[in-house]
Amino acid sequence: MSIYLDNAATVPLVEPAINALTAQMRKVGNASSLHSDGRAIRKDVEDARLALSQVIDCEASEIIFTGSGTEADNLAVKGFFWKAVSADPGKNIILTSPFEHHAIKDPIEWLVEHDGAKVVEIPVGEGGVVNLEFVQDFIKSNHDSIALITVMHSNNEIGTLQPIAEIVNFAGEIPVHTDAVQSFGKVDFSFAKLGVTAATISGHKIGAPLGIGALILKRGIDLTPVLHGGGQEREIRSGTLNAPAIVAFAAAAQFAAKYQGENKAQIEKLRDNASARILESIPGSAINGNSAAKLPGIINVAFEGTESEALLLLLDSVGISASAGSACSAGVSRPSHVLLALGRTEDQAMSALRFSIGSQTTLSDIDRLIEVLPGVVEKARSAYQVKKGRA
Amino acid sequence: MKIIAAMSGGVDSAVAAARMVDAGHEVTGVHLALSSNPQKYRSGARGCCTIEDSHDARRAADVIGIPFYIWDMADEFHDGVVENFMAEYAVGRTPNPCLRCNEKIKFAAVMERAKALGFDGVATGHYAQMRETELGRVMYRAVDPGKDQSYVLAVLNTDQLAGAHFPLGDIVKDDVRKEAKARGLYVANKPDSHDICFVPSGDNAGWLRDRLGSDVGPIVDEDGKKLGEHKGAYTYTIGQRKGLGITVPAAGGEPRYVLKIEPKTNTVVVGNHDSLAVSGIVGERAIWCGPVPAESTEYRGFAQIRAHGAPLACNYSHDGGNITVALDEPIYGLATGQGLVIYDGDRVVGSATVCATE
Repeated sequence: MSIYLDNAATVPLVEPAINALTAQMRKVGNASSLHSDGRAIRKDVEDARLALSQVIDCEASEIIFTGSGTEADNLAVKGFFWKAVSADPGKNIILTSPFEHHAIKDPIEWLVEHDGAKVVEIPVGEGGVVNLEFVQDFIKSNHDSIALITVMHSNNEIGTLQPIAEIVNFAGEIPVHTDAVQSFGKVDFSFAKLGVTAATISGHKIGAPLGIGALILKRGIDLTPVLHGGGQEREIRSGTLNAPAIVAFAAAAQFAAKYQGENKAQIEKLRDNASARILESIPGSAINGNSAAKLPGIINVAFEGTESEALLLLLDSVGISASAGSACSAGVSRPSHVLLALGRTEDQAMSALRFSIGSQTTLSDIDRLIEVLPGVVEKARSAYQVKKGRA
Repeated sequence: MKIIAAMSGGVDSAVAAARMVDAGHEVTGVHLALSSNPQKYRSGARGCCTIEDSHDARRAADVIGIPFYIWDMADEFHDGVVENFMAEYAVGRTPNPCLRCNEKIKFAAVMERAKALGFDGVATGHYAQMRETELGRVMYRAVDPGKDQSYVLAVLNTDQLAGAHFPLGDIVKDDVRKEAKARGLYVANKPDSHDICFVPSGDNAGWLRDRLGSDVGPIVDEDGKKLGEHKGAYTYTIGQRKGLGITVPAAGGEPRYVLKIEPKTNTVVVGNHDSLAVSGIVGERAIWCGPVPAESTEYRGFAQIRAHGAPLACNYSHDGGNITVALDEPIYGLATGQGLVIYDGDRVVGSATVCATE
């Protein structure tokens, strides 16, 4: 049995989601059809939408289901940008953080390359939080040129929570989007209280199936679509509604909400236990992103004089699943842009591992990690020396 | 043993990895990313550097049931192989980058990294045989003469060979494909790769011209008489006959061949076929794949000068650094920079880089 410490990548499906999914998969009907079979599916979908909206603290009609978190992020970035510039070509600035997930970062880069967008990145302190002063000043002097502000709710690699409500306060009329994929279901998240214009969530991070996400978009806000077609979701997103995944998403969200407090306390305890023991047992290790407000389950550690890909190989060989930063399409590891944004050097950014703890993680999992980690790091350090010796 | 199987995404390395697992080893698949931008060196699915190839390799590893990683060796490959390729051409030599890659990357950078991580050796899909004999662990040609790759492996010294595993040495290519199919490896029918993996178009001359320039210079005969102009000396090969564009006919109407490339003066020297004849070869930077033959002693053996060239009967000797070969029959057209590999029957004795011919 492997020890799964990669819960920020995905988590096991929860029982209520499996039950909802399998029951729905036995039903026939397209939610857009007007006949009784179609109406029955539509009712299931809309019941699920309502249930999910209660967890998110938004109106049911504010949920736009998508095929993934990535799709919702693309819809937000491109949709807000295209809408803004079509009304006023001078409104072409996207204000964002330098450590967004690639599902935000890459569509922005695409708009810069192809559609005349200008990107402005908010500096990030060593602790892993965006600089609010910069946000305030920048908005003050560029208010009329900003198409969109998009800053993630919590960082997926280092777990630091971002001051989204404060950003919303500075933003005024400027739309604010937040990628809340890592936060939703793990920490308190209320769409209404946060006041953002839009937020992205994803099913499989909270025990729902893969292939379902949502853009939560304030009522009355229109976006230029990315997918054109039947217009099923408020004419903003087209595609037949994925009823089984939607009902399972709602079931998983309710389940996550019910146990959120309990899980959070347990996961935080394991995280703090693991962090302390890693730092104690491995000289030359340091936590990345040490701000106070963090997700409960993410530990990002730099192991001086190693390469994360060697660490991963060695951990995998003893049955421990963890993660490094981001990987490019061919799978070649590159320094994490998140860690570079914190001011780490390329070598430091290549030497980090992310352990992400989930509700199924136990203290004996952490014990096992602490047992093998010193040997793994030592071996990775000798491999690093070999490589440096060749260079 | 704990073994790294280098997996290119092709059928050979996939079957090699599977055979290592069958032999009871603990195998981890590794795909080498040799270009930091995978589409830069090569497009299409013909080589070993595309995203599709790394996916093919990953899929094969999953089918075999072994862990799989991509190791970024782009810097090492560029410095050790690509730069060397250009530098050799720039001094008028004709290098073989596959030899260089085996020597500097697969059985050096990869082997060292593997060992540091606790592995015992590296397996590849090369066609060659390692045998334990009274001479020690030595390399022999593969049983499939059409696929034998011992030539490109002859740059490995005994230390490197000690950790090298070639599980395909005893099988012919057709059977490798059948075996791949039987194992459920869908790369079974993937075409063989040819050409130089970092030259996307297969157009070596164009690739070199882009990087080393294409200054026009003289084409002269053996007496130094100018016969025409060339479009960049680097793009000619010793023995080349076509595409010289010489309008002055030779006495007797014989065709002319490239005899020599002189990059310093940017001159291409041409002459008749007989002038290409080589019966003596000197190779520098000798590497021994087994016991080192006694110095200054004449041995009988075979020399091979191309990856799929014929073995040429010869006498050879060495002085510690250089290998000197006297061929029984002359050959025509041998460029400096090519690999000279010495065989004793089917056993690989060693290799050197051709530095002089007569």
